[in-house]
Amino acid sequence: MTRRVVVTGLGATTPLGADVDSTWSALLAGKSGVRLLTQEWRELLPVHFAASIHTEPSEQMERVEMRRLDRSEQFALVASRQAWKDAGSPDVDKERLGVVIASGIGGVITLLDQYDNLREKGARGVSPHTVPMLMPNGPAANVGLELQARAGVHTPVSACASGAEAIGYALEMIRTNRADIIVSGGVEAAIHQLPMAGFAAMKALSTRNDAPERASRPYDRDRDGFVLGEGGGILILEEYEHAKARGAKIYCELVGQGLSSDGYHIAAPDPEGAGVQRAIKFALANANLSTKDIVHLNAHATSTPAGDVAEARALRLALGKDADHVAVSATKSMTGHLLGGAGAIESVFIVKSLQERLAPPTINIENLDPEVTVDVVRDTPRQLPTGQIAALNDSFGFGGHNVVLVFATL
Amino acid sequence: MRKEMALSQADVLAGLKEIVEEVAGVSASKIELDKNFTDDLEVDSLSMVEVVVAAEERFGVKIPDEAVTDLVTVGDAVNFIINAAK
Repeated sequence: MTRRVVVTGLGATTPLGADVDSTWSALLAGKSGVRLLTQEWRELLPVHFAASIHTEPSEQMERVEMRRLDRSEQFALVASRQAWKDAGSPDVDKERLGVVIASGIGGVITLLDQYDNLREKGARGVSPHTVPMLMPNGPAANVGLELQARAGVHTPVSACASGAEAIGYALEMIRTNRADIIVSGGVEAAIHQLPMAGFAAMKALSTRNDAPERASRPYDRDRDGFVLGEGGGILILEEYEHAKARGAKIYCELVGQGLSSDGYHIAAPDPEGAGVQRAIKFALANANLSTKDIVHLNAHATSTPAGDVAEARALRLALGKDADHVAVSATKSMTGHLLGGAGAIESVFIVKSLQERLAPPTINIENLDPEVTVDVVRDTPRQLPTGQIAALNDSFGFGGHNVVLVFATL
Repeated sequence: MRKEMALSQADVLAGLKEIVEEVAGVSASKIELDKNFTDDLEVDSLSMVEVVVAAEERFGVKIPDEAVTDLVTVGDAVNFIINAAK
């Protein structure tokens, strides 16, 4: 018998808010989380802004705890604690509890700060916490340690698809009976001059310095790149019978996932979007649904000139005529791009969308790119249909990784 | 002799209290000479490295890695630092 997987808890810390509720309200109100950087080093870069976190972890955790944790690990703990509490702090056999939390880049700020220490003070000046702080599995490991999870702690890494891949991995862990509850999601903390200079060198970042809050504009004709964001999102996934037995609040079901890879280019999207189409097809088959069942999609849509169009084309081809009734939201227009955290916060948004039957808006579209032939939700939220509905979250990463998740009302 | 005066036990204890509080979040009032770093103060091996490096900087002494394993209690560390500073 197939083990069904439901969502029983949510947590987030994002550029829009300190938790899920404040983030969701800001999202529905169409607010931008993008702001000018306050760091002096911004002057070294062609980009002077980012979607930095709304509420610093220092307001949500103790000082001593913070100093042993990379910023990405702080985000993971903050969001996981919220999600765990939201799930009712379940009493679960620790050997049936797992953690799958991804990050695209890991503790890059720690790595670079400690390199500065090494150069200034020598080897003795390097913190003994450096390695546990910079390892990309650090966010998952710290959450696993806190909850004493013993079914397995994992960290898939696939650049900007990492967060979604983590949730998919968690789905399989429960389906294959390795665990009953998984804390899953993704985080990123890479607002630092080096990764930003690297993305800028690829011409991947928007340079709209005169209007940062208008810079992230997926599907707009004049988009010029993505806006780097930071933060993370966490979902508590739980086996359906387990959730029912303990009387848990159930948001919705995670019904399937589809994975593929492009085999095309290390950073550029395949303009035909063949890999994306296959991932959508696999996801629907895995969920045992058809294109007719999908009413909403939270798009990857990062606001890059090539990526948005390639994705929109692939969506139209994969969904065919049924794309006409899919409300497409590009929430990165408000949150910026959280890289390894993106697929996770966007999954949190989908869960909220299914719960409240509202698709969040896409902001900053002044002139819709004529090559975008999907139905984009613009400026204000849109009501989703009543009855049983399903929604997709697609995420893509440098390297040609494609991940599609399918969520459905119970 | 470049040292102006020897370190007093009270000075070193006060300095160590500040360091351990900063590094490990242990309240200074709990930090006494007879307390064991690991068992009483929950200073783990990684945090102990931080305490040692901070103490070296603060008191201008060298605490070799071989010596650190013998620093079981706060008193051991205070005595080591006073002797090393002589």
